Formats: sequence, structure tokens, C-alpha cells
Amino acid sequence: MTPKSKAQDKSNTNKARTRVSKTYKLFIAGKFPRTESGRYYAFTAQSAGSSFKANICTSSRKDFRNAVVAARSVQKSWAAASACLRGQILYRLAEILEDRRDQFIGELILQGASIKHANKEVDASIDRLVYYAGWSDKYQQIFSNVNPVSSSHFNFSILEPTGVVAILPPAAEENQCGLLGMISNIAPAIVGGNTCVFLTNEKQPLTAISFAEVIQASDVPGGVVNILTGSNVELMALFASHKDVNSLVHMEKSLEDNKKIQELASENLKRVICRSEMRWHENIAESPYMIEETQEVKTTWHPIGN
Amino acid sequence: MTETHSSLNFDTGWQYAPAPESTEHIQIDKQYKLFINGEFSAPQQGKYFTTSNPATEEKLSRIAQAGKSDVNRAVRAARNAYEQTWSKMPSKERAKYIFRIARAIQERAREFSVIETLDGGKPIRESRDIDIPLAAAHFFYYAGWADKLKYAFPGAQVKPLGVAGQIIPWNFPLLMAAWKIAPALACGNTVVIKPAETTSLSALKLAELFQDIDLPPGVVNIVTGDSSTGAALVEHPDVDKIAFTGSTSVGKQIMHSIAGSHKKYSLELGGKAANIVFADAPIDQAVEGIVNAIFFNQGHVCCAGSRLLVQESVAEELCFKLRERMQTLILGDPLDKNTDIGAINSKVQLDKIQSYINIGIDEGGQIYQSSAKLPNKGYWCPPTIFTGMAQSNRLVQEEIFGPVLAIQSFRTASEAIDKANNTAYGLSGGVWTDKGSKIFKVTSALRAGVIWANTFNKFDPASPFGGYKESGMGREGGIQGLSTYLSMELSNDA
Repeated sequence: MTPKSKAQDKSNTNKARTRVSKTYKLFIAGKFPRTESGRYYAFTAQSAGSSFKANICTSSRKDFRNAVVAARSVQKSWAAASACLRGQILYRLAEILEDRRDQFIGELILQGASIKHANKEVDASIDRLVYYAGWSDKYQQIFSNVNPVSSSHFNFSILEPTGVVAILPPAAEENQCGLLGMISNIAPAIVGGNTCVFLTNEKQPLTAISFAEVIQASDVPGGVVNILTGSNVELMALFASHKDVNSLVHMEKSLEDNKKIQELASENLKRVICRSEMRWHENIAESPYMIEETQEVKTTWHPIGN
Repeated sequence: MTETHSSLNFDTGWQYAPAPESTEHIQIDKQYKLFINGEFSAPQQGKYFTTSNPATEEKLSRIAQAGKSDVNRAVRAARNAYEQTWSKMPSKERAKYIFRIARAIQERAREFSVIETLDGGKPIRESRDIDIPLAAAHFFYYAGWADKLKYAFPGAQVKPLGVAGQIIPWNFPLLMAAWKIAPALACGNTVVIKPAETTSLSALKLAELFQDIDLPPGVVNIVTGDSSTGAALVEHPDVDKIAFTGSTSVGKQIMHSIAGSHKKYSLELGGKAANIVFADAPIDQAVEGIVNAIFFNQGHVCCAGSRLLVQESVAEELCFKLRERMQTLILGDPLDKNTDIGAINSKVQLDKIQSYINIGIDEGGQIYQSSAKLPNKGYWCPPTIFTGMAQSNRLVQEEIFGPVLAIQSFRTASEAIDKANNTAYGLSGGVWTDKGSKIFKVTSALRAGVIWANTFNKFDPASPFGGYKESGMGREGGIQGLSTYLSMELSNDA
């Protein structure tokens, strides 16, 4: 173990000192509330030899509702921030994550990653934030157009954010240890002016809540990203059915879950985006098309003449 | 609202003589079969339904009712055509077939216009000047895309989906067929399309046209019928994409029913667009815009400007001018070239509109209707406006799909924006002001897919069309109209 990652080991090095452990809470509207339900589940380290334990909030329907309210209330102002500013804020996320990389390597290990993988995942996560930061003032230029209509009108189409994006977690599979999958879905949503509510995989709550601390330290306005922990099965239906959510991103592979999600999403015609086949560590898992997926096309006409 | 005597009475001294479009050159068969695999084929259960002229209630023809087995045959034909012909054809050759379709529609434009007006009730002026030319233009536009798709998706590879199942409404029958078929074919898919029950004729004429231009059999199949035909198409396991234009409630059902399948879908659904008129707008132009927004095609338009938000200081003047203008609208024989307001498409739709008019009265709105004399036969509704509407009224929140306008006033731009956005829909919107910066402020704040500033109800194949929120998903028209008929693959290059 390198000295750096040793420093991140949650075990106590000084036997005489009682360790102060972090309470993992939710992240809603830029604050860290506990779940209103008072429910929790126990997380235990997946890495051999670690005795790390944490009680993780089991979010309720009301927590989710609060998160959607928070996301909705800042969506307009976040979308109104200049593209350049949104890019700088995403870049700032990358800076702070780089700064805290050892903490995340430690938590990824607790979530079951090898040291090698944890390093690779943190690297890729930082790079992905930089990648999307760079798109902030460019995707519009790729996807917008002036349309050559036959009548005497000036006509153009631009992208606008779809609004509030709910994101269900990637599966906790090998090579997907919780940080990269989360960032790969949050970044394209928010760089395009959406706000989001992200649900963490039950097995990967540590990096998600710690990333919330990175968000809080990075000039991302409160409410732009909200992060919940809890029962994925219980919250999936709520995410898919909430009437004030515009888009739903999910990575469910099973036919049954896909069916259930789309059925519930049809109640208010949510845009459903399925990213079940993504290999998050590869370049293929980042593209401006992932920004476009949570955008609407607006076309404006104006007469040319007097 | 006080009754005013119109000062814009053009119909004095110089009377409008009838100027009906001739129907002599129109050939409508007594009965139409289904169009499957390039041939007209009888429905297996032998069922037919009647299609009639909504302006006269006269029977026009009998149309085949496609059952499940017919839909199966159509999908099989489309699949074979996809695998054996259409997907193997070089894209340049595919393009030329679509160009041929465009040309053939132009050549037969008069015939299509008259049929569209006979079967659907819309004024010949509109079918002649809008529906049919735009349908041809749509095929022209997408024909050119067929061999250029790689330029539309930078960094990605695209492939056709396979068989597209398409369901279209009765308000713009041929134009909606063009909106659906043209991009599907250009992207390399084959098609099974279901026209609306009350307006199948122009699609069946299009089938004749496909035969004339030697479109390979099975590339486009047309299954006529009611909603059960549509359901059979939506649920068919060998259909790869569903494109639907129609009501929001049916759109939701479709999204629900294909959940868990591999089917891609695009939905063009309802709307409740607000036309926002500021005090600094050119009022006379705005009145023309409002009339065009709500009375175009009898208000049977998903993007109709069915709400009017007018700034308080000019509300009275504008409503006066609007009432005056309504009195000059000529309602009657849709085949007459002077007609502004044609027939309501069906008895069912007329009943629905009437019920909403009653709701508006019950909700306390003040109704004003043009005093146009309604013909004795057929389905008719005079241009109707309601003032004194509140945001929570059903007339403000729900789509009527008829010539009924709900009027509200506002004081500030932000109030107008809030009211405009306060429905479940988000298809279109209108803004009227002489101030450029205000146009951009308001058009950017409206949550809708198509915004007309100082104009309304303009359409073009190069211009993407489609809604936010519960007005649907996906776009039709323009470069954006391609992606819903393609699957995309990215490469892993750095």
C-alpha cells in the first residue's frame, strides 16, 4: 500500500486515539440532511481486512420529493448561467476531485475495488469531468442550426435543457465501483443546464456522498445535483413515476425493469434514456450525444421584412 | 363582451360569387382495399367502413378495415422489402425513388388537394396552398438526405432501424403521411402506415402513386382501419419503430404498451399553445396572426394558438378588432376558393368541440361567435372566442382541437410567460412585439418546441417540429427528424 492510500485507510493508526468517523447523509439542495424517514442500512467494507462500517440513509418518497423540488427550483437559474461558467464549474469539480483523490481511492477500495482499479477509476472520473467541462460552450454549436426555410423567415433550432433529470444508478459490477458511472451520468446532464437527482447504488454509497462534498466545494449551486442513498428497488418506481421529472436516465439491463420504468415514465411522457450497455472506462462512454439526450430542440421563426 | 356591428363588412355591393374548385377530374373508387406489398389487397375478414364528406355528409367511398392478420401481412411485406431490397439498395438509388415521389405529388397536386378537401372538410385554399405543396416539399427535402446521413451525425455511425410502424391523424392526412414516410425511407427503413379512419383517401391515392413510380413492393404498406388496427401495429413484435401523431392520451398508451420492447418511438402529441401579444405589437398584424393561429384548418391543429394572452392595456382594442375580423371570415363549402373556415372533420369531433363550448360557458367565460350562417348539412362550428378565462379553467388547460380560443390578459412579461407555460403541454407558442430583445427574452422562456415570433403556424420540411413536456418526444422535419429513424453507434477512438 502506498503511503498516500495508507493515509486514507479508515482504520486507526494511533491506537490511543479514538477515530472520528463521518456520518454519511443525503445531499439535497446543497445541504446534507438525514433521511426524514429515520431509516438506514448498514454498509460494511468490501475490502479484505477492513473493519469499516457506516450507517447509510435509506431515502424515502419524501426525501426524493424534496430533492426534485430542490432540483426544479434552481433549474432555470442554472440553465441561465453562461455556458462558459457551467464549464468552469465542471472544471472546478475536476480540480477538487483531483485534490481529494486519495480519499476516493480509499472509498473505492472499501466499495470493493483493487488499488489498481481504484486509481484508474479516479483518474478516469477526473478526466471525464474535464471532458464534459470542455463541451459546455460547444455542444450547442454542434447541434444547433439555421434552417433554410422556403418562406421569408429567419428560422433556427437550438438545444434547451429538458429540465429535471432523475438518474438511477449503474449496476455495481466489476470495474464499475461507483464513482465513474455516477460522474459519467451527472456531468452530461448538468453541463447542458439540467438539474438532477442521482440515486446511488446501495453497494456504493461512500463515493457518492463524498462526491457531494466535492460538489458543495465547487461552486455548483445548491440543488443542481442532489444525491440520495437507499433501496434501489423501492426508489426506482418513484424516480420513474414522479410527475415533475422530465427525463429519466437508467442502466437497467433486465427486460422486466425496463418495462416497468417505461410504463411508469409514460404517465407524464418522461424522456427515458437507457444506458445499460455502457462500458464506463472506455472513450465510447463519453460523447456530446449523451448531452443531447437530455436536451429539447426549440425552433424559432421570425419574419424577414419590414 | 358587447355585440358590435362589424365595420369590416366586405360582403356588400360586391358579393362574393361562389368559386368552387371542380371535382370532375377526381377519380374516387367505390371501395378501397389495403395496400400491401405493392398491391391492393382485400382485408382478410372482408370488413369495410364508410368514409364521407364532412361538409355534406355524403358518402365518398368504402375503406377496408385491416385486422390483425392484415397488419401481419403488411409487416411481413415491409420486413421482406427491408431485407431484400431497400436496405441493399445504394443510398443514391433510394434517394431517387423519394425524389420521384415528390415529383409525382407535384404533378397530381390538384387531384390530391381536392380529395383532401372532400374527405377532410378543410378549405381548398389550405389543401392547395399548404398541405399538398408541403407534402411534396417534405419528400424533396428528405430525398436528398438519403445518401448524406453520415454528415448528419459527426463522430457516429448510423444504421436504419428496419420496419417503421406509423400512425397519423386526420387533420393533415397527406402532409402527415409525408412527414412520416419521407424520413423513414430516406434513412433506409420500410414502412407500414395507418391513416386516420375518417381521412384515408389521400393515403390510398398515394398508394396508387407509389405503384406509378415503381416504388419496390413492400417498401411502403398502407393499412386502413380504426384504433384496433393501430393497436395491432403498435404491438406487432416485428416492428422496430413506432411514430405516432395524435392525442396525448393515446401517446401515453403507446409508450406504455411498447414498454420493455426494443421499439424506438417518436410521439407528436397535443398542444395548448399561447399566443402572447404585447402592447407594443403591431395590433392589426397580431389579429391576423391570432386568426391564423386558431382558425387555420378549423383549429384542428396540434400546434394551434388556442390561447391568447394579451397585455392588459391593449386587450380591449385587440378583442374588438378580433371580433370584427371574425365576422369577415367566410364559412362554408370547403371546395370554394374563397372559404376561410371549412367543415369540422367528423360528428365525433363536432360533439367534442360543442361540449367544450358548454364547459367554457359553465366556467363563466364570455362567449363570442361569428355570426356566419352554418350550412344545413355537414358538421360546422363558427369561429368562437371566450374572454374572462382563468388559468385553471379547462378551456385554458385542455386541448379542444377546434376553432375555440380562450383569451386571458396579463400585465408583465413574466406573468405572460408563467401563464403560457402553465399547462401540461409544450408544443408551440407565439410572441407578438416590435421589440427585438423582448422577443428573445420571451421565446427563450417559453417551454415549447416551436415558437413563432410575429408570425404563427408556419411549417417547412427543413424546420424541426415537436414538443416539450406532454406534447411528445422527438422531432419531425429538419436534420433533427433523421435521428428517430436511425440507430447510432460511436467508435472507441480517443
